[in-house]
Amino acid sequence: MSEKKILIAAEQPIAGSALKKSLGMTSADVVFEVRESEIRGRGGAGFPTGIKWNLAGAASGSNKMVICNADEGEPGTFKDRYLIENYSLKLLEGMTIAGYAIGSSHGIIYLRAEYPYLIPVIEKAREDLIRENLLGENILGKDFNFDIEIRPGAGAYVCGEETSLIESLEGKRGVPRNKPPYPVNSGYLFRPTVVNNVETFAAVPHIILNGAEWFQDLGIGDCTGTKLFSISGDIENPGVYEMPMGSSIGELLEAAGAQDVQAVQVGGASGATITADELDRSLSFSDLPPGGSVIVFNSSRDMIDVLENFIEFFVHESCGQCTTCREGNVRLQDAVRLIRNGEISSMEELEPFFQLAEVMKIGSKCGLGQTSPNCFIDIVTKFIDLPAGKGGV
Amino acid sequence: MPNISVKINGIITSVREGVTILDACGTAGVDIPTLCYHPDLSLAGNCRMCLVEVEGWRTLAIACVTPVTPNMAVLTHSKKVRHARRTVLKLLLASHNANCSECERNKNCELQELAEKHNITNNEYQTSPKPESIEEVSPGIMRDNSRCILCTRCVRTCEELQSVAVIKPVGRSSSVTISTFMDRSLNDVPCTQCGQCVIRCPTGALFETSEIRPVWEAIENPDKFVVFQTAPAVRVGLAEALGLPIDRSTGQMVAAIRGLGVDRVLDTDFTADLTIIEEGHELISRLKGALVDNDESVALPMMTSCSPGWIKFIEHKYPELLPNVSTCKSPQQMFGALAKTYLAGKEVIDPASIVSVSVMPCTAKKFEKERPEMRDSGYKDVDYVLTTRELARMIDEAGIDFEKIEEEKFDRWMGDSTGAGVIFGATGGVMEAALRTAYEIVSGHEIPFDGLNVEPVRGMEGIKEAAITMPEKMATGFEFLAGVTLKVAVAHGLANAKILMDKVRAGEADYHFIEIMACPGGCLGGGGQPIPTSPEIRQKRTESIYAEDAALHFRKSHANPEIQLLYAEFLKEPLGQKSHELLHTHYIKRD
Repeated sequence: MSEKKILIAAEQPIAGSALKKSLGMTSADVVFEVRESEIRGRGGAGFPTGIKWNLAGAASGSNKMVICNADEGEPGTFKDRYLIENYSLKLLEGMTIAGYAIGSSHGIIYLRAEYPYLIPVIEKAREDLIRENLLGENILGKDFNFDIEIRPGAGAYVCGEETSLIESLEGKRGVPRNKPPYPVNSGYLFRPTVVNNVETFAAVPHIILNGAEWFQDLGIGDCTGTKLFSISGDIENPGVYEMPMGSSIGELLEAAGAQDVQAVQVGGASGATITADELDRSLSFSDLPPGGSVIVFNSSRDMIDVLENFIEFFVHESCGQCTTCREGNVRLQDAVRLIRNGEISSMEELEPFFQLAEVMKIGSKCGLGQTSPNCFIDIVTKFIDLPAGKGGV
Repeated sequence: MPNISVKINGIITSVREGVTILDACGTAGVDIPTLCYHPDLSLAGNCRMCLVEVEGWRTLAIACVTPVTPNMAVLTHSKKVRHARRTVLKLLLASHNANCSECERNKNCELQELAEKHNITNNEYQTSPKPESIEEVSPGIMRDNSRCILCTRCVRTCEELQSVAVIKPVGRSSSVTISTFMDRSLNDVPCTQCGQCVIRCPTGALFETSEIRPVWEAIENPDKFVVFQTAPAVRVGLAEALGLPIDRSTGQMVAAIRGLGVDRVLDTDFTADLTIIEEGHELISRLKGALVDNDESVALPMMTSCSPGWIKFIEHKYPELLPNVSTCKSPQQMFGALAKTYLAGKEVIDPASIVSVSVMPCTAKKFEKERPEMRDSGYKDVDYVLTTRELARMIDEAGIDFEKIEEEKFDRWMGDSTGAGVIFGATGGVMEAALRTAYEIVSGHEIPFDGLNVEPVRGMEGIKEAAITMPEKMATGFEFLAGVTLKVAVAHGLANAKILMDKVRAGEADYHFIEIMACPGGCLGGGGQPIPTSPEIRQKRTESIYAEDAALHFRKSHANPEIQLLYAEFLKEPLGQKSHELLHTHYIKRD
């Protein structure tokens, strides 16, 4: 499958070639190409990137912003770190193309607090690009200015959520905003703002150079392009893997050398927990949202430990703003404790907690609270052996 | 915005495009429970109480924030919605100190009310209430975070309405608390003690520092002579605090207080009138200094000093403008100083035995009475301050039926009031009262407004301006004001005060006189008033205040017979030596 690799390929496009091509197109044509590629956000939520750019481009307001979400905080994800370490030129070029496409001259990289050593790497790439006139004033002699600054985060998981990230950039508490308005209309300092993941920006130069159709063909079915996965846990070869979007979990595990599989956590702590019987499920937006993190647990792992660890993570990382997430995760933690202590001995007794989990999913303000109960639902229903109870469930 | 059709619970309703689902439901007569929503504040959307189902949406929508779109179909009590609301309530209750009978807000608590309404009789989730943490340091406001549901109404109030912003959410997840800089006490941060947070708190996490107990003890002590004064806005709030419709209830209030067993029931309106005389003369004297003597040390515009929240605000934030603030004490403190001097003489009572209690629509008054300089009578001028709510609690405890009680009149010597004193309770009222008197003093004629109603300074506009041109023919001694156009401004709510002060500081304001009230609507919207508050409630109280003004025989402060007697027998003249000793004060710069 090596021919399908674009981001981790042996041959890299010459830095600036995609930008050069873009500047020869109208900004509308650039947006059109990205839209036609049907690339969806690589951060996990999967919003179509072209539509986002189109909305931001069409939004009224000056000083539009391009923001790169490099706050890679989902447990088990390290693909963005890998990309920045090795391919930061692509990232910066993708952001610059986005700037041209939506009419922005200012980009910001919101970099995970734990990645300070990547700052010199990005700075060097920026200086190289400025020297080549691929960044800065009058890029390639055109009437287009674009520059990028790096802003380190402060270590909050919730700041990977785009509106919290924007609040944090504005110097406020990192807590999600109500939507609408969406960032494309009113984001950073109320300006029209595009927020995309590192991987999304890094894919853009390839789309521009090779065309939307080429990108579509890389995927499987209605999933376009390739996707990076960070695989860790009980496997032979942990690391970053690139697979066609829509590949099955089994294919990925085979590549990474998984032997004994009890469970796979797909999409990080907030993703889905699947059993060894579900390995033919696909890594796609229509099945298992492919955020990037895949963690394998072998049969020696006690899944209640796994669950407890995830819930503890969410209890720690909830911003505390909305009731369902702030209080809900604490109560799910109670449930885990009760199961562990044998104080809950049937599924029937867990009913209020499943109900709570459902309310959190549909009633929380942001993705954190909406997805944090996934691991509880999946692990308790699939891995914890409890009798149904008197009345059944 | 054009009207659009939306479907609420299957019924097609026509609403303006862009309104929220909450407003649309209001139009359709469907009640949506809310907690963090408040009509005075920005939208937070954090309590998740107002969740509703929108057809075709993956998640539920919060009604308070989400705008309606054409043909949107909303369900407000579907199974999903009902489960969500009940779960939200149970989650809040699980970490809430639900020791309701010990709470100031028992039976006036939005969380309690919603729990009852949604029939929450058991809670499947383990309860782990936050530990009680009452802060008793601040003179006006107490906090108990164990009752806090983190709706952030207080935070938004402090920042948006008051531009004070001393409280913020701190920490994250379940350890978030509403706290101050470095978790200091409210006393050690630039809190103005205005209490606007208190009247917007849905639960009992914020409440006044109660002085009910010492007041009862004073009443029950036969050796004490207990004197009550009642602020203008209390008479339009007390009925409401006792669960009755909003209306003025001056006579019942006097009777009820007398029924508690106090010795004299007197009126802060009396010293409001006195304030007008002193402050009016101060203004004229400043104008003379500036216009005639060209004295550059005279600070103009002069600013009112009645509102202790405002005074603390300017002491913290604009200390360089303190010379502009009138040196007049507030009516409460003028009353206190006179109660233990003038009144003691009139009643032939040892001032040491007088316990001076004021009933105020205000929590900052509790702070004001503690200011060290407020002891000009030789004693603490005001011993205790009760809020309107605390007085209501005492009346309730005494078993007095407020609806049935016969109206009574204030006691003499400091009980006469005029309409000018009454309107101190509404924004613009001090300005209007001052103009009614000052204009007449300098021109010899009544102010040329229909029915003495100075309409330009009335109403709920955040900042109001007016200009009044003096006639060409003036009273003797005031010829320097002939033809002068007096420019005045009125602001209520400290955020509006800030806008005005920034203009003054930048030299962009050419006003002569500015009235500032810390609280939106003026004192009738004060932090000691009944809970809840809203623009509609404040509007009704305002109407009551002006109705009281219109109904009084005397409408101008200088016409108050007891004020005339006070000057004749005791003070001798405005701004005289006695006045300076007892009625005027100074301010300090605060960090």
